[in-house]
Amino acid sequence: MRTPIIAAGLVCMAGAASAQDTLTVYTYDSFVTEWGPGPVIEQRFQERCDCDLEFVSVGDGAEILSRLRLEGERTEADVVLGLDENLAEAARDTALFAKHGVESPQLDLPIEWQDDMFLPFDWGYFAFVYDKTRVETPPASFEELAESDLSVVIQDPRSSTPGLGLVLWVKAVYGDDAADYWERLNDQVVTVTKGWSEAYGMFLEGEADMVLSYTTSPAYHLIAEDDDTKAAAPFENGHYMQIEIAGKVASTDNPDLADMFLDFMLTDGFQGAIPTTNWMYPAKMPAEGLPEGFDTLHEPEKALVYLGSEAEAIRDDAIEEWRAVSSQ
Amino acid sequence: MLTLETLHIDLDGFTLDADFSVETGRRVAVLGPSGAGKSTLLAAIAGFQPVSGRVLWDETDLTPLPPAQRPVTMIFQDNNLFPHLTAAQNVGLGLRPDLRLSRDDKARVDEALTRVGLGGLGTRKPAALSGGQAARVALARAVLRHKPVMLLDEPFGALGPALRDEMLGLVRTLADEVGATLLMVSHEPEDAKAIAHEVVLVADGRAHAPVPTAEIFANPPAALRDYLGREG
Amino acid sequence: MARGLFSVTRTTGAGATALALVLFLALGTLVAVALRAEGAGAFTVADLAALRFTLVQATLSAALSIALAIPVGRALARRSFPGRGVLVMLLGAPFILPVIVAVFGLISVFGRSGLVSQALLALGLEPISIYGFHGVVLAHVFFNLPLATRLVLQGWLAIPAERFRLAASLGFTARDIARQLERPMLREVLPGAFLVIFLLCLTSFAVALALGGGPRATTIELAIYQAFRLDFDLGKAALLALVQFALGAAVALIALRVALPPGFGAGLDRAVSRWDANTPMLRALDAALITLATLFLVLPMTMIAVDGLPALATLPASVFTATARSLGVALASVILTLALALPIAAWSVKSGSRLVEGVGTLTIAASPLVIGTGLFIILFPITDPFALALPVTALVNAVMSLPFALRALVPALGQVEADFGRLADGLGMTGTARLRHLWLPRLARPLGFTAGLSAALSMGDLGVIALFASPDAPTLPLQIYRLLSAYRMDDAAGAALILLVTSLALFWVFDKGGRVNADA
Repeated sequence: MRTPIIAAGLVCMAGAASAQDTLTVYTYDSFVTEWGPGPVIEQRFQERCDCDLEFVSVGDGAEILSRLRLEGERTEADVVLGLDENLAEAARDTALFAKHGVESPQLDLPIEWQDDMFLPFDWGYFAFVYDKTRVETPPASFEELAESDLSVVIQDPRSSTPGLGLVLWVKAVYGDDAADYWERLNDQVVTVTKGWSEAYGMFLEGEADMVLSYTTSPAYHLIAEDDDTKAAAPFENGHYMQIEIAGKVASTDNPDLADMFLDFMLTDGFQGAIPTTNWMYPAKMPAEGLPEGFDTLHEPEKALVYLGSEAEAIRDDAIEEWRAVSSQ
Repeated sequence: MLTLETLHIDLDGFTLDADFSVETGRRVAVLGPSGAGKSTLLAAIAGFQPVSGRVLWDETDLTPLPPAQRPVTMIFQDNNLFPHLTAAQNVGLGLRPDLRLSRDDKARVDEALTRVGLGGLGTRKPAALSGGQAARVALARAVLRHKPVMLLDEPFGALGPALRDEMLGLVRTLADEVGATLLMVSHEPEDAKAIAHEVVLVADGRAHAPVPTAEIFANPPAALRDYLGREG
Repeated sequence: MARGLFSVTRTTGAGATALALVLFLALGTLVAVALRAEGAGAFTVADLAALRFTLVQATLSAALSIALAIPVGRALARRSFPGRGVLVMLLGAPFILPVIVAVFGLISVFGRSGLVSQALLALGLEPISIYGFHGVVLAHVFFNLPLATRLVLQGWLAIPAERFRLAASLGFTARDIARQLERPMLREVLPGAFLVIFLLCLTSFAVALALGGGPRATTIELAIYQAFRLDFDLGKAALLALVQFALGAAVALIALRVALPPGFGAGLDRAVSRWDANTPMLRALDAALITLATLFLVLPMTMIAVDGLPALATLPASVFTATARSLGVALASVILTLALALPIAAWSVKSGSRLVEGVGTLTIAASPLVIGTGLFIILFPITDPFALALPVTALVNAVMSLPFALRALVPALGQVEADFGRLADGLGMTGTARLRHLWLPRLARPLGFTAGLSAALSMGDLGVIALFASPDAPTLPLQIYRLLSAYRMDDAAGAALILLVTSLALFWVFDKGGRVNADA
């Protein structure tokens, strides 16, 4: 009977107890890095909640949902932050979430948001980001990208919300010809990473000419590093939109704290940190407005998005279509 | 009385039969050409060798008993001592196989070691003992186990002639003290002449009934003559 | 071999229990998986691509490792030079080198901004990329070239020196020697070596996770992980697991027929005197081969130290808690390995049955991801599998190192029983008395080696933990993988150095510990 004793010991090792109420928020990797929004939001929320806010990074956005499905009702999470509109319907179908209960939230989104379970916390447009010193004439459309010999690094749509966004973006542009497009792009894809951080890091290290990211990504280099060499390539096809969302887990031990966090999420304390830490547009414009530098960013004339059950209806097939071509 | 009753051993085609008794307290030399089955016979008595037929001690059937439960103690050709244990521990195993020795046990171990002339050497490990000393440790353990049957499987084969004689003398004394019935395998007829009352000849697939030592050397049967060769 | 006359019930009981546990983990989990796989969708194009990738990379990795090992092994066999002993010892190191650490070292050397690319850029050439198919193969060759070289070297040194003397006196040229002596040896050694390496690459997970990952470079193991973690498709994971097991079992069966080469040969510390190979050109060729092979092995490990040392001071605390967690897992795994291996070895020796050892070695063909998936399916309805992440990891790691443990322990125990079994039987040393006063002291060396090996393997393992880990309790290898994924290269370098040092130290301490009090 040695095994259970060891097992018990290891379990004890893994768990740490705390007297204070802890609000556990599952989120994605880049949210909790020291230069991401995590630390400042944690500090600001803890100032007002008399609780311990714990961000747990579970991988990239789409992995949060798989994780939650694996854990089911046993999950430790009270709040999930970092899914996006493309996963909202799938998340709703798990029946693991509770309604947020906020009547007509005050939002500054380019579209109307009606969802009784998930609240947006920021948004942006996907785009291919390049280095102006290395790429002189960036492609202006998906066609030009496929015709160029530029190398790109993208993310796996099964683990990463940008990766999923790209698959849906291509689907929105090409419809039934999406597989055909993927086939033409295939040779230029250096690698498919599990998450955004890895892909962006590889791009910065020079492993690829372009990386799938956001139109807002160059703002980071401009504001934080005073470096104007990075830019997003405007595509005349239009840009797919991402609305990042959060929701309350139904099985939470701390429903009041979770509600409090979701309320806080749409105040300046949270939203003010978004542009210069998560490098996205705030879901509710803070009083101080957008920081200088955001005005230089490309604003797509045409926004693409599948909302609600639309995305859900095509997601699995679109991913399998991409996977079949990309595996060759 | 040790009785081998229609004993039959089959070892992948090699067979050995025995059907005789040895009186209590006799010292018996087991002689025969190498490969004839001398060691196998002892192994059968000690319980290491599956047999058909029966091994009896007085009225008790030993055949179903595991080695440690037989009234037998055995000294092997080599590997009689565990190299990782001290001389005293090696002897102590004869009292308690788990080595949980009481103060009284330890005193008896020291006494046994002194008895074989190794007083004060109990803390040495086998690597620090000479061949003769190692043999004495094995004897000390055999004495301490105090079993009515002692089996010696050529234990002094690696020792020089003088040392052999000394050890045989010691065996003889100790066996008498314990009152043990002794069976000793040897390939030296001189050993038999030195200590054995009787000789069991093992040859041609058969362990023959014991014959008084003087008698067998005076009038050796054909198999022994072949074996002795140079003397025959 | 002494065949026990009387049934030693405790040995049989303990051995049977341990073996049953191994069987359950190797096959029981498979049954759980198979039951779950019913109703899983058919193989998709991408799944077939994963199967093809798995087979192609394993074949190429094994073929390349062997092809390179032949000249290197020959060079090592016929040259003696200062440092040869150290080099031969180093050939054993990749076996206990954590995969994720090696991957980090390889990225430092062969990555886009690594040494080789820098040199190419300086020459005005295109830099190389380590991600994808060739990266996976490169990493596999890094791990298996040393193993193949040792096996080939063993083959060479097993040719009696007299034959080479005879050949010299008969005036054989190098070509004659190759035909008469070397090729027959290679024909005997190579198939086994190829199969072992093929098998190891077949179940490769961490390499593919870190360097492949895209749909183009996905092994079946990785596809199981993805189906499980990304799609939450347990049916698909189960289906893939069945395919993986069938592959492993098939190769293992073939390998058994071809007779596996012995694992760790001793006595590789001498060179054979050769009279045919003393031409300046052959000497230069061998020197170049040995230098290149050494660089290939040593550079990545050196880069870990070079990159890691400066980062040590600023490592996040999470790396140290992860280290403590991994140490706990490694030590638990050592205890479990020995608790499984000793009874099985004892039963195997007592019963004289090759079957017992064979079943115990079964897990060499099993995949940790398959076992992990099965355990998850079994545990999920009963309890929270994530809470059991660390114990499950320790157990699976123990089972995975069991084949190596049995390989070391069974022959050693057989020898102990042959030497002292009758003495112990005669004295009535059974059960714990026999364990404490005979087996443990006599087996100190193989036990130390086994413990060291299983500690190092467990310390560096990135397999089943990736399935089970809770986000807030990663082991050190998983933490390094996460740092790599977040592209925090400095922290990853520091953590990789810690993992490297801890793994080697664990092996050294246990192995040394087994030798300290070993009497002749």
